[in-house]
Amino acid sequence: MVAGTPTDPVAADATDLLRVLDDGDVSAEEVVSAHLSRIADHDDEVRAFLTVLDEQALEHARDIDRRRAAGAAVGSLAGVPVALKDVLCTRGVTTTCGSRMLADHRPPYDATVVSRLRDADAVVVGKANMDEFAMGSSTENSAFGVTRNPWDLARVPGGSSGGSAAAVAAHFAPLGIGTDTGGSIRQPAALCGVVGMKPTYGRVSRYGLIAFASSLDQVGPFARSVTDAARLYTAIAGHDPRDSTSIPEDVPDVAPTLEDGVDGLRIGVVSEALDDGVEPGVAVRVREAAQLLGKLGAEVVDVSLPHARYGIAAYYLIAPSEASSNLARYDGVRYGLRVDGDTAEAMMAATRSAGFGSEVVRRIMVGTYALSAGYYDAYYVSAQRVRTLIIRDYVAAFERCDVVLSPTSPSTAFEIGAKTDDPLAMYLNDAFTVPASLAGMPALSMPAGLDDGGLPVGVQLVAPLLDEAVLFRAARALESELAFDPLPRGANAVHPPVAARTKT
Amino acid sequence: MSLSIDDVRHVANLARLAFDDDQLEQLRHELGRILGYAEQIGEVATTDVPPTSHAYPLTNVWRDDEVRPSLEPAAAVSTGPAIEDGRFRVPRIIDEDA
Repeated sequence: MVAGTPTDPVAADATDLLRVLDDGDVSAEEVVSAHLSRIADHDDEVRAFLTVLDEQALEHARDIDRRRAAGAAVGSLAGVPVALKDVLCTRGVTTTCGSRMLADHRPPYDATVVSRLRDADAVVVGKANMDEFAMGSSTENSAFGVTRNPWDLARVPGGSSGGSAAAVAAHFAPLGIGTDTGGSIRQPAALCGVVGMKPTYGRVSRYGLIAFASSLDQVGPFARSVTDAARLYTAIAGHDPRDSTSIPEDVPDVAPTLEDGVDGLRIGVVSEALDDGVEPGVAVRVREAAQLLGKLGAEVVDVSLPHARYGIAAYYLIAPSEASSNLARYDGVRYGLRVDGDTAEAMMAATRSAGFGSEVVRRIMVGTYALSAGYYDAYYVSAQRVRTLIIRDYVAAFERCDVVLSPTSPSTAFEIGAKTDDPLAMYLNDAFTVPASLAGMPALSMPAGLDDGGLPVGVQLVAPLLDEAVLFRAARALESELAFDPLPRGANAVHPPVAARTKT
Repeated sequence: MSLSIDDVRHVANLARLAFDDDQLEQLRHELGRILGYAEQIGEVATTDVPPTSHAYPLTNVWRDDEVRPSLEPAAAVSTGPAIEDGRFRVPRIIDEDA
């Protein structure tokens, strides 16, 4: 967006919007209105949002404009629209978690991330669709319908944060908030051609995040550029005394090193991740990304994560185990739905069977089994031992490199319905994202081009614990060389924004 | 990995979930496949490897024992499906004959 030319705020990224907002060329109300109009016109195609917050967003935007006009303070993202995954509690605003169980749930408090977005004056335009309780890799497990991939409306956007990823890709908002337990930010980012980042476990507060697997859940940003993702990360990261697993350390500023390039950095390519089970169109983009990083001055080395192949098996014991405990709270008493029964126990079982969808039920059953007497050591504790082995793999890899490069997902976006009959096939989508989750490492997916079918391919970068700065720095360098155009295009893509359509 | 219908029924009861016979059979099949896949961790998860519960371990996170603002009682129970006098209303738990 260049000042002086006819512009469409919807086509601009957050960094450009902040500049023209700051210069007074456009008001926050105009920016937010333009995005709300685009949502009104085109979200019936994409279905990224469960709730659109028209009134609240416009009110917030006008307040920002008033403060700016009066010379009062505004936040670091003042006037920039953001799509918020419906797993984060918003005071008085329906928070469904994609579940019938919480269809009418209105939390009495805001999540810390929501408060921080408000402090930054990012304007929440809506609550985004998701797999129920964040369990899934396609958004097909939402109780409220599937979200469509903006690049091809017959395909899934990935999951579980598919609504947020699709909203950012469709230009409904330049920024989105997702959560990532085993890849739920990175995989939909890859499938939707946007940047998605999972911070170090504990870097962002989980207070007010509806829990799935507490030792893995982490909140993070979506954006259409690495710089925008870094801005949003900076706004939400930091210690929170209300979350006892929150890291009690200052967050290093990632901005000063963002443009430092990769000269002198060592990039480790996980060579075994390019063999079995990866679509050729994905593998070729990962190899290209490695070559580009080499061209930019990085030293490219081969690394191995020999236990990563056990990651899915370990993850699909640990995450369901923790979920079975966390979801015990939906008992027909404290939250949402109740289906009556003769006894308290009958009421609970009737409520839970009516309120949970099939994938949530499967995971509660797997987790309950894995934690039950006689199986706890063989399943849950063994999975935690594998977790140690995967951490050791990363520690060894990071002796040889600064950042690890791999595919984000073994495939590009698949067709709606293609994997719904086979839970295990769906789980294998997470093969490359789960290891960094188990190890707590910060990880980022960014678009690295298209496959032969014109669908976005994501590559994943993983950095050592707490080193988000090197992660963003390497990603920014690769982004500048790739010059990926994040505008969805193709015969079955969502209708583009006005300015983008008139561009030659 | 093979589970019996009774295994599945037992786990369902622990999890407070109710299923009909078809659902039980489908879950028996699916759980068998998922747990069967998961069992490959036995190839490497030997007892000399310590388990990790959190990747970023923090222990003994305390705060000062002081009164702070918190939710009003009415707000704290507002999310329940049946509220009476500021409390959650539940079905009878203790049998009248007991």
